[in-house]
Formats: sequence, structure tokens, C-alpha cells
Amino acid sequence: MATTTTTMLRETASSHHEALGQSEAVARKMRRRGRESRFWWLVPTLYIVFLMLPIYWLVNMSFKTNTEILGSFSLWPQNPTLRNYMVIFTDPAWYSGYINSIIYVTLNTIISVGVALPAAYAFSRYKFLGDKHLFFWLLTNRMAPPAVFALPFLQLYSSFGLIDTHIAVALAHCLFNVPLAVWILEGFMSGVPKEIDETAYIDGYSFPRFFVKIFMPLIASGIGVAAFFCFMFSWVELLLARTLTTTEAKPIAATMTRTVSASGLDWGVLAAAGVLTIIPGALVIYFVRNYIAKGFALGRV
Amino acid sequence: MEKTYNNKAWFLVLPVLVLVAFSAVIPLMTVVNYSVQDTFGNNVFFWAGTEWFEQVLTSSRFHGALIRSLSFSLVILAIQIPLGIFVALNMPRKGIGVPICLVLMALPLLIPWNVVGTIWQVFGRGDIGLLGYTLRTLGISYNYATDPWHAWITVVVMDVWHWTSLVVLLCYAGLVSIPDAYYQAAKIDGASRWSVFRYIQLPKMNRVLLIAVLLRFMDSFMIYTEPFVVTGGGPGSATNFLSIDLVKMAIGQFDLGPAAAMSIVYFLIILALSWVFYTVMTNYDTANR
Repeated sequence: MATTTTTMLRETASSHHEALGQSEAVARKMRRRGRESRFWWLVPTLYIVFLMLPIYWLVNMSFKTNTEILGSFSLWPQNPTLRNYMVIFTDPAWYSGYINSIIYVTLNTIISVGVALPAAYAFSRYKFLGDKHLFFWLLTNRMAPPAVFALPFLQLYSSFGLIDTHIAVALAHCLFNVPLAVWILEGFMSGVPKEIDETAYIDGYSFPRFFVKIFMPLIASGIGVAAFFCFMFSWVELLLARTLTTTEAKPIAATMTRTVSASGLDWGVLAAAGVLTIIPGALVIYFVRNYIAKGFALGRV
Repeated sequence: MEKTYNNKAWFLVLPVLVLVAFSAVIPLMTVVNYSVQDTFGNNVFFWAGTEWFEQVLTSSRFHGALIRSLSFSLVILAIQIPLGIFVALNMPRKGIGVPICLVLMALPLLIPWNVVGTIWQVFGRGDIGLLGYTLRTLGISYNYATDPWHAWITVVVMDVWHWTSLVVLLCYAGLVSIPDAYYQAAKIDGASRWSVFRYIQLPKMNRVLLIAVLLRFMDSFMIYTEPFVVTGGGPGSATNFLSIDLVKMAIGQFDLGPAAAMSIVYFLIILALSWVFYTVMTNYDTANR
């Protein structure tokens, strides 16, 4: 490879016409892997191995019995067992945790994206009194540490009789998801030329009809990315979710902590529950994989 | 884009305003309320003025937690930002490798935070964890439950494992937006690998890097769940970060006054720092428009 590149470089010097085509090839190569390293793949591979090892260990443990986990050390299960998973799927205390988590995460995603859409449109299209301050104030809520809000939330929601309901957790998670959704959607909306709005109004579209029929399909990927982020941050948050629930709406992640401290450390079941909490996230990432990169840049690269 | 001035836009913002007012302003006012009052129980409160603030600002417990949180955030930024850029530069740009890398790298981001804690708690244990067992076999005495340094290293490595992918994905998004023509121009000028990075790739990543620094600083500064699961703030108070200390004070000991005053100070620090980041970011935007 190195010699080919050198030859190519020499040829580049000799003929200007060829140079264009070949420098393109070189440029593509440089972009892909850096100029001289042919071991470019080593870095992502090592990094992914580092990421996967702890997860593999959890999966490995989830297929072992407790005696095997504590008694012997092995890199893979010697007597694979599905017992740990059976415990979770047959005990309502375990699997209702999953249902609770999914209910409040879905509620939160719908509420956050729903209220963020018109607001993001306002920020991307109009100037209005105090717009910059309002936008910064929204962002500060994304920065607010949940630890600060745990206790006030508990009191606020008990005075409304909302404790231990799914909607309480969904509303509490709006604290950090709504600002994020507004931020992402604003980025995507600013990428849509304003002429489209104006043409639609001239054609006699009312604002709501234009927004739903024309504008939303144009930023569909942005809506998808915003929904993904709301799902993600609501799914992984535990402090608020645990503070606001006791039994009826307890999230799966909180069920796990309770079991760790109470029932004498059933490592196998703990590992199986952990593996099961990873699966919804993995599924969601797979579906949005083509938008992830843009979404992480909040649509504003 | 040229924006029109129209105050009716406020109506579009109204739903967000109402919702965030409910979930942010009311709780925040409750905190402010507690921070200036004292109680002997039974919901009887009386004015305490700035007493709690003085107590918090002069207590060595708060100083310790603040220093621990700040140094944790700095260590995290110093490791994750360069590592993230380095991995992003070496990512494949087309072919089957792209979705595989993206999905696998994003995976830790989607794991519930206490499960992240559990994974590392188990992984680092000397008797049943791969990492702990391997280190022990190699003759290194490693125990994150008793040695403060080991606890720190474990928490830092855990956070690097958990969040570096965010930096990678952000930088990657910046890198793929660079047109081929830039590389060709660099090639014709005979630019070295370093100058390509310094004068083409780094400037193009500026915006996303700012977002990365902002998000990583904020989230590491308010980290709670993961170290709480792994170390519980210990050994001693070695990993007792600000939010862990706060929750211990507010919910564990029910010291509402000091906890509220500490919340406000904590929130003001974050507010001041976000304002700096936000100003830098928006100034950068207007300068480049």
C-alpha cells in the first residue's frame, strides 16, 4: 500500500490531469484512515472491546447459577441455565417494573416532543420579546441537577396526589427532556428554508394545517432524533423515578436496587435483570442508527 | 436565516412555558423557601435569613464535596475529549463498519445509570468480576471498596466507559460533514497529517466539541447514580460528590435548610458556568455566520 501511494504521488507530480483523479483517491484514503496508518481499524476495535467486556461479563453471569458465579471463575457459563430469566418473567414484581418503565418513558416522549414542536418553530422562525433569555432559561433546566429537585418534586407531587403514578415520573422527566427536545428540533427546523413556509401561506394553508401536513414531514428525522433522546434520558434516569414512586409505578431499574440491598444478593437474577434493561435501548439504537450521528450533533453541524 | 419580529410567537412557546414552570419553577421556589427558613417539625417554619447559606459556605464538608466534584469533572474532560476525538478520527466512513461501530458505541449510553453502576460493581470485584479477578491474578491488590485511589480510578474508568461514546459520536458527526475538496486541497499543498487535523478537521469540529464539552461538564458535575451504586460515596468520603452529599443531607438526614441552601449554591455554580459556555457558543455562532 505504501509503495503504491508513493508511486501515485510521483505520478501526481508528472501529470496535472491525472493528479486530480489520484489526489481524490488519496484524499478519500486519508479521510478514511489517516495517511500512513494501515492499522486504523485497531483503534475502534480496541475501543469497542473495552466497551463490550463489562457488558459481556454481565451477560455471562446472567446464564450462570449462583453457585457457579460464586464458586468457580470461568469466562463462559459451564452449565448454561435460563433459571434467572424465568424468575423475572414469572414474578409480577419484576416484570411489572418493565411495563411501568415503558409506560412513563412513552408518556414522557409524547409530552416532551408534543410541546417542544411549536416552541422550537417559534425559536427558529421568529424574534420576539425576550427570546434569547427564554432559550437560555430553558437550557438551564437541562443543566439542573436532579438531586436538587428530588425533594421538592416529592412534596409538589404529593400535594397534587400524583405520587406513585406514571404521569408524575413522565412530568418530572420533562424537566430535562423538554429543553433538550426544543434544542434539537430548533436545529433541524433552522435547516428548512423559510420560503417553504411563505409559499404554503400564499397557497392558502392555515398555520396548523401547514405545520402538520407540510412542515412535520420535512423534519421527520429531527422528530425521530428528538424522540430518541427523550426516550434515552427518561429510560436511564433513576433518581427522580425512584423518589416519585413506591409500588404501583416503580421502574425496573429501581426494582433492581431494592433486590440488591434486600434479598441476599441473587447475583444471577440481578445480572439477568440488567441484561434485560439493556435490550430496549439496543433495539431503539438499531432503528435510529442512520440518524444517530446527526442527532448527537443536535442537527447543527 | 432572517427572522421576523412577531410577539405572537409567545403563544407557540406557551405550552413549554407552562410545563417547565410546573416542573422547574415551583420546585425551585420550594427550595428557595426552605433555604431561608428553619423548622422544628409540624410544618411550623420561621425566618432564618442567610444562616444556612453561611453555614454551608463555610463548612469544610461542602468545600470537600465541591473540590471532589470539580476535580472529577476536570479529569473526565481531560480524558474523554482527546480520547473521543482520537477514536472519531479513526472511525470508518463508509461500508458495513459504520452502523456496527455506531450501534456498539452508542450502547453504553442507553443503559440505565444504576445498571451501569451494577455492571462495574460486579466487574471490579475481586472474587466474581473479570477485572478484579484478572488484576488479582496478576498480583495487583485492587479493592475499590477499601482503597480511596482505587475507588476514584474505578469511578473515572466507569465514566470514561459510559460517556466517551457521546464525544466520539459528536466528533464523528462533525468529521463526516467535511467536503472531500478540503482534503484534496490539503493534499495538493502537501499538508502533513498533523496540519490536516489542526487546520481542517479541528476547526470543523469546533461547534460539536463545544456541545460535547458543555454536556460532559454538566453531566459529570452532577453525577449521582453510578458512583452511588459502586461506592456509595466511600470509602470514607473519597467519592462523596456534591449531589451524593446533597441527597444524603436532604433525604437521609432530612436537614432541609442546609440541604436547600446547598442546592441553591450548587445550582448557581452550574448556572454561572452554563452561562459562560452558552455565551462562548453563541458568540462563536454569530462570528461564523
